[in-house]
Amino acid sequence: MSDPRILAFDTTSEACSAALSTAQGVFSRSEIMPRGHTRRLLPLLDELLGQAALQLSDLDAIAYCRGPGSFTGIRIAAGVAQGLAYGVNRPLIPVSTLACLAQGVYREQGGEVVLTAIDARMDEVYWGVYQLTAQGIMVAMADELVVSPDAVPVPPLLGSWYGAGSGWSLYKERLVARCGKPTGGLDGGRLPDARDCLSMALARYREGALVGASDALPVYLRNRVT
Amino acid sequence: MRVLGIETSCDETGVAVYDGQAGLLAHRVYSQADSHARYGGVVPEIASRDHIRKLLPLLDETLQASATERLALGGVAYTRGPGLAGALLVGAALARSLAYALGIPALGIHHMEAHLLAPMLEEPPPRFPFLALLVSGGHTMLVQVAGVGRYRLLGESLDDAAGEAFDKVAKLLGLDYPGGPALEQLAKQGDPDRFRFPRPMTNRPGLDFSFSGLKTYTLNTLRGAAEFDDQIRADTARAFQDAVIDTLYLKCRRALRQTGAKRLVVAGGVSANRKLRERLAQLARTSGARIYYPRIEFCTDNAAMVAYAGWLRLSAGEHDSLAFDVTARWPLPELREPPAR
Ligand SMILES: Nc1ncnc2c1ncn2[C@@H]1O[C@H](COP(=O)(O)OP(=O)(O)OP(=O)(O)O)[C@@H](O)[C@H]1O
Ligand SMILES: [Mg+2]
Repeated sequence: MSDPRILAFDTTSEACSAALSTAQGVFSRSEIMPRGHTRRLLPLLDELLGQAALQLSDLDAIAYCRGPGSFTGIRIAAGVAQGLAYGVNRPLIPVSTLACLAQGVYREQGGEVVLTAIDARMDEVYWGVYQLTAQGIMVAMADELVVSPDAVPVPPLLGSWYGAGSGWSLYKERLVARCGKPTGGLDGGRLPDARDCLSMALARYREGALVGASDALPVYLRNRVT
Repeated sequence: MRVLGIETSCDETGVAVYDGQAGLLAHRVYSQADSHARYGGVVPEIASRDHIRKLLPLLDETLQASATERLALGGVAYTRGPGLAGALLVGAALARSLAYALGIPALGIHHMEAHLLAPMLEEPPPRFPFLALLVSGGHTMLVQVAGVGRYRLLGESLDDAAGEAFDKVAKLLGLDYPGGPALEQLAKQGDPDRFRFPRPMTNRPGLDFSFSGLKTYTLNTLRGAAEFDDQIRADTARAFQDAVIDTLYLKCRRALRQTGAKRLVVAGGVSANRKLRERLAQLARTSGARIYYPRIEFCTDNAAMVAYAGWLRLSAGEHDSLAFDVTARWPLPELREPPAR
């Protein structure tokens, strides 16, 4: 079976990125942009498809970072994913932003256990603990949650582990007090990247873990907003 | 051309399909009022979250109701502003990406232009030029309209919008959000002669409005009363409503005289008020001007008006690039005519 053609994108942080798997390999783009994702996202996807000489309707599925992250950013991602998928009648693959961070640590540094933390403001972090499977894909060891840096749940950590995400740069001392010093490495500047969203999506596609456009919703983690 | 319209500027999720030949084919509105009622007003983050949950299912339902295949759409119009940025973004993201996927043009529409053009969905539609009174939750404006995109602002509220004043006074009277329709009901039981509220800014020239003082006046009236019973609530509602309506009446009369307009369009949520319509009917008789309204359900937020305004502009060849955006604050006079064909 040839590799599925999947377009993945992320708008949940200060970066905007997209990646596309094709028979010729993976095409990807990433740009830093604190604001203005809506002005760049569709042109970026269009450029990527153009580079691969593909149409949206040639895709097997579309993947997006579903959150957690900036509320606005994750709604842009979900809204655009829904519109694209509904328009070309293709399934969607929502991927956790925290999982993307962990997958990125594996891709770049070979880390196999990653404690991910994204700044959630209000003195909290979005928290997820990830471990690599034999297939080279990160899976959550427990449910992701929004929590004080002083109260993050820490699994028994054996061997080398990494810390990644903006929460680790903002609350480094408090997270170290709770978890100990990352033995593998610390990557507090890491932003989610669509290449990692794509890796996870390819694995999900093979498992058949697809959703319809209307079921592609953001995952905020913070559910109390008043 | 068949146009899909999407409205998400505040707390109503709306979808509609308008066809250049067949007219309005279907429209749906999902009101979030219940989600916000317990907070006494719209909570922006809750509004955004509701929109993203509800919009696509509603869109699918509306397309089915209009018997429109996705590929039969010729364009997608969405409310680009003014409104709540987060809420607008949901509609914009879905609309723009759907249009891209279908390979058809998309266009961001000015919410108040859509309100203003809503009476054109009725029979007979008003012809240009006309005078427009826009009275909604966020705006109170008198606009001279020479054509689509040719808007001259004659006057506007310097503080609260008329609908906002209705909502705030309704809250003081213990009515649930959104209070306009409930206040109108309550006022029916009111004695018109018990209180007389001022008609703000009618004693000086000009076409601007100010409604925030009426809220204070209401508060003082209620404080001065011996008890807060049903009768005083109704009497106060009546006095407040009479004052707002009379003020709108006087300013419309002045604007008709000043511009010599023969047609007056009244749109926006407050134009659903029956008492306002009765009072303006008098103005029609005495001034000779004809008055045009949207049907009641298209006075408040809906996507039929967005689809229609979108159809007007998209069929003239206007469209957005792939870079989309929303404009939370967007003065109506900044709009331009669609390109000439
Ligand atoms: N029968 C009525 N009498 C008085 N006011 C009413 C009536 N029905 C609705 N309204 C008022 O209309 C407003 C809602 O109108 P609309 O939906 O047009 O406003 P909005 O979209 O919130 O604001 P804007 O259009 O300015 O952005 C509310 O303030 C509501 O109380
Ligand atoms: Mg409105």
